[in-house]
Amino acid sequence: MTNDMHCKELVELSTEYFEGALAPADVARLEAHLADCDGCEEYLRQMRLTQEALGRIDATAVPAPGRDRLLEVFRAWKQEKRTPREE
Amino acid sequence: MAPDGATPMSASPEEGRDRRTAAGDTALLARLRAGDEDAFLTLVDACAPAMRKLARAYVRDDQTAEDIVQEAWLAVLRGLESFEGRGSLRGWIFAIVANLAKTRGVRDARSVPFSALVRDEVERDDPSYPAERFAGPASQWPDHWRGFPAVWGEHPEERLLSSEMQSHIERAIDMLPPAQRAVVLLRDVGGRSTADVCDLLELSEANARVLLHRARAKVRRAIEPYVTGAAA
Repeated sequence: MTNDMHCKELVELSTEYFEGALAPADVARLEAHLADCDGCEEYLRQMRLTQEALGRIDATAVPAPGRDRLLEVFRAWKQEKRTPREE
Repeated sequence: MAPDGATPMSASPEEGRDRRTAAGDTALLARLRAGDEDAFLTLVDACAPAMRKLARAYVRDDQTAEDIVQEAWLAVLRGLESFEGRGSLRGWIFAIVANLAKTRGVRDARSVPFSALVRDEVERDDPSYPAERFAGPASQWPDHWRGFPAVWGEHPEERLLSSEMQSHIERAIDMLPPAQRAVVLLRDVGGRSTADVCDLLELSEANARVLLHRARAKVRRAIEPYVTGAAA
């Protein structure tokens, strides 16, 4: 079939596939290809892992530069917040 | 600590670290509103680097980006009481940065309009893999892999969470073209919906997906040698 999806096409469609933005006919073509192609299956897995890793880049957060200055800002905010309530 | 059903990748939920879950956000929010300084510093450490990267997508110099981040924290504190908890705290903070940076970027005559960056990045030919990774038209299997991508192994999730890998990912984000950086920070790092990203960045959904795809593909490629061990 000339309408079969090729690896080169699939690698550009992973995001549309994950986001549910792919037309149903293309979803069917993609999934048919995936069933037969270990390379594309691994590629999709890596794209999903990358996306998940991006969502967790704070998991080992190191002290941010400028945090001391921001702490002063926070203390001022706390002060400001407290004052009107005590009146 | 927090019920964690919302995130599929939670093999090692370090205490208080997973701020992407609503429950984690709710607890942190309560502490912030009560004026807990540790809670505030936790939030700063988790958000400030990405906020700077996001601001930098709009403006040309680090100092202006830093000013935007400072201004954003003031806005965050002022808005803390009225934050409704729709979406993640981090995503809400990123949206504040994007709005401030947009205003500032427009005012700053030196910066290239964001819409021009978008157009340039979308129209550029920018495949996820170089063409030579696929078989040519004369081969038996045209446009199929010449060689499969190197496998990432059974359980790469742990490795992807290591602090070394985190810095590789951060560096990869820094290397992205500005519009791709803004989209991936809001969508994947900040967890905003595609519709939100389109509103904030004044993008069509089609363009947002193109930029998101290119960003993810570049980050994937950048971390690949470290995941497979090829860079060791």
